[in-house]
Amino acid sequence: MPNKFPLWKNLMLLAVVAFAFIYAAPNLYPPDPALQLSGQSSAMQIDGVVLKKVEQALDAANIEHFSGEADGESALIRLTNSELQMRAKEVVQAEMGGEYVVALNLAPTTPEWLSSLGGSPMKLGLDLSGGVHFLLEVDLNAALITRLEGDLQEVKSSLREEKIRYRNFELKGQQIIGRFRNEAQVEQATSLVRENFRDLQPQFKQGQNPLTLVLELSEIASGQIEDNAIKQNLTSLRNRVNELGVSEPLVSRQGKNRIVVELPGVQDTAEAKRIIGKTANLEFRLEAEGRIGEMFEFRDGRGLDARLETSAVITGENVTDARSSYDENGRPQVNITLDTKGGWQMGHSTRDNVGRRLAVLFIEYKTKLEKSKAENGEIVITPVPFVEKHIISLATVQSQLGKSFRITGIDSQRESSELALLLRAGALAAPMYIVEERTIGPSLGADNIRLGVLSVTLGMTLVLLFMIAVYRGFGVLANVALTMNLLLLVGFMSLLGATLTLPGIAGIVLTVGMAVDANVLIFSRIREELASGSSIQAAISGGYDRAFVSILDANITTLIVAVILFLIGSGPVQGFAVTLSIGILTSMFTSIVLTRGLVNAIVGGRKIEKLWI
Amino acid sequence: MSELKIYNFMGLRRVAVIFSAVLLLVSTVSLFSQGLVLGLDFSGGTQIEVGYKQPVNVADVRGQLKNAGFEDPVVLHFGSESEVLIRMQGEPDQGLAEQIYAALVVNGEELDLRRVDFVGPQIGEELRDKGGLGMLIALVVVMLYVAIRFQFKFSVGAVLALAHDVLITLGIFSITRLEFDLTVLAATLAVVGYSLNDTIVVSDRIRENFRKIRKATAVEVINESLSQTLWRTINTSMTTMLVLLALFFFGGELIHNFAIALMIGVGIGTYSSIYVAATVMLAMNVDREDLIEPEEGELVDDLP
Repeated sequence: MPNKFPLWKNLMLLAVVAFAFIYAAPNLYPPDPALQLSGQSSAMQIDGVVLKKVEQALDAANIEHFSGEADGESALIRLTNSELQMRAKEVVQAEMGGEYVVALNLAPTTPEWLSSLGGSPMKLGLDLSGGVHFLLEVDLNAALITRLEGDLQEVKSSLREEKIRYRNFELKGQQIIGRFRNEAQVEQATSLVRENFRDLQPQFKQGQNPLTLVLELSEIASGQIEDNAIKQNLTSLRNRVNELGVSEPLVSRQGKNRIVVELPGVQDTAEAKRIIGKTANLEFRLEAEGRIGEMFEFRDGRGLDARLETSAVITGENVTDARSSYDENGRPQVNITLDTKGGWQMGHSTRDNVGRRLAVLFIEYKTKLEKSKAENGEIVITPVPFVEKHIISLATVQSQLGKSFRITGIDSQRESSELALLLRAGALAAPMYIVEERTIGPSLGADNIRLGVLSVTLGMTLVLLFMIAVYRGFGVLANVALTMNLLLLVGFMSLLGATLTLPGIAGIVLTVGMAVDANVLIFSRIREELASGSSIQAAISGGYDRAFVSILDANITTLIVAVILFLIGSGPVQGFAVTLSIGILTSMFTSIVLTRGLVNAIVGGRKIEKLWI
Repeated sequence: MSELKIYNFMGLRRVAVIFSAVLLLVSTVSLFSQGLVLGLDFSGGTQIEVGYKQPVNVADVRGQLKNAGFEDPVVLHFGSESEVLIRMQGEPDQGLAEQIYAALVVNGEELDLRRVDFVGPQIGEELRDKGGLGMLIALVVVMLYVAIRFQFKFSVGAVLALAHDVLITLGIFSITRLEFDLTVLAATLAVVGYSLNDTIVVSDRIRENFRKIRKATAVEVINESLSQTLWRTINTSMTTMLVLLALFFFGGELIHNFAIALMIGVGIGTYSSIYVAATVMLAMNVDREDLIEPEEGELVDDLP
């Protein structure tokens, strides 16, 4: 047996080695701490003039910086010292004012020739970069109920317009139930609903009282409402995240009714939580006349408590935008824009109520956990949602309001921007609850990276020494394969844009330990073949061939487990599964093909007396 | 080159059965009676990790929190004397972590807020379900694969060996009251992968030898196979243990239990690939007939 690879196989090996080096290389260049500056609105020009102003402010504060760049939409200024990043942000924010968003960022330092080949460093998970992770659950049921409540009112008023008399109408669970005096009225009402309310479906069940009309939302309609609710919540969450000025935020839907928010690198976690975690809605209500109505407190307890009407003019759903600005006299104000429906309703309600006061009610949805005893005596903890309502603004209606109007008479600019923020924040279609929160401080993230690198290096060194001690010359080959395996693994992860997490690093360490298994198997086989009297060349060839089946079976089964782990896991555990899977594939390649190539190149086709194995 | 020494592994299989049975019994009893100490990932709740500039006494921190009105805070050192983990049972409402932090810095202490975890009870419950389900799916899929690639008796042996390893790893976590969190679940599944790797390699050799060696009892064939793969089994376990030791000592507190679970699993897995899978196969009367394939004639040609 000649034990020679054809030329194409050797070339392929070289290509793979080159690939591993090129795509693993960007990870050697640590990113620079940087500041990113962008405008509150996309119309703002962030050009050289703005950049110069920022740089001067940094110079004045004695913060070293270099290679600032501005592309019209945003500016990036690199800093030499990451500890000054936070102070630099404060300095720049103070200089530029609230119209600009200043974000902490990490600017890549990948050399141009590498990035032109598509090379980039691995993305770091939150447990390594530090940051905040939220999982929010959208209360879709509440969105459906809100819609049904609206429909209930509309059905009632159109029945009145058509002079169809009914005894009563109410909302029970997710059904609108109407009661009538005779069947003719039920029939009339049914055909009216069929004609005018396409989303509502009259239900006819066996044994149903013939004098009732039961309406349910059609499946399509409720699907749409739920979908819209999630979409609108996603949009307003994205807006809120933008307020924070995070460089690479992630806001995405997970499953049917959950939203994940990840803010890597956020250092002021309390602030992030305050803005993201605010699950709120708004209602615009007129102040009640007389004694009827509900009493509400003003948000900061300034004694501006008021009695408000029980039904809302519009809700936060109708608010499309709210901005803080200044009026003609330079006093702070908030400009509010409503959608068409909201504008129409606002106009309708304020036309006859000029001079009365209009309140904005801020409704926060919170959860507390309550312990209770189940029937079997076990203590169960159930989340109990509760609602807090406060007035955030109380202003007199000066004239009929329309699609856009403003709230004036605000004391300070701070207050107006906070009110604007709250108004925007309240524009949620359905309430959300935080069901999971993970915050990793930047110092812990840095520690995790340090510890991860340390344990990979150490584990690797121990394995390399062990292999040389046990397998001598072939141990060296296995070590070359192992090192290449690590490079290939890192290269692939970088290229695929996979995220590296702490369990992911553990996965790499484990891969290092297990990857030599294939070589151990092959070498043990070669030893056995030699022991049974085969010639050296035949032993090498036989050893590789026979070990292959075992290696394949063993790795495929492990891969199955890794895939299942990926499917059931979340976040960091998925990171572990990803590194494990990629590691299994790369290690099969390096330990079978690469070492064979090396063995062939060194001993293939020659007459050798003894094998150092 | 010396002749390979054949060890009589299977001669000890009665001892092994008793050993495994005791371990399994103790694990099962512990799992049923006191269960696992579930980490925050599964139990739900709030925990925060803070770093002080100098070592602190946990009793002081606990006192400080009690004075601030927190009921029964669990306060422990985490990794070092100056790092403290605070866990709140009961009513983890969303703002709790901030309140704790505020209570700790009230006297102007300089604190580094290192980590905050809040997990709602529904998430914990889902994860528990998913974890158990994942484990079952993994076992079933593996059983199918081994049954197709090898033979039914092999797959029963492999799956029992896996279940054995997982149960004992969980049992040790239950007995020692070590915390079981998401990383430990990942480690347990990795144990499944590792132990499987071992078992497959051994089974592969057993299959090969059954086809190759014609005049030998099943016990002799298995003994020879185990002896042939012994060094490979030991060497691979050694390299894996080495990296796990590196993780255990230098990987940091967050993956401490991950490393422990894997070390237990690798140890048990090495033992089970020698004893459990093979013993089960013997108990099911595995023999050459089970592995006859049409191309057996070719294999005979290979004989020296």
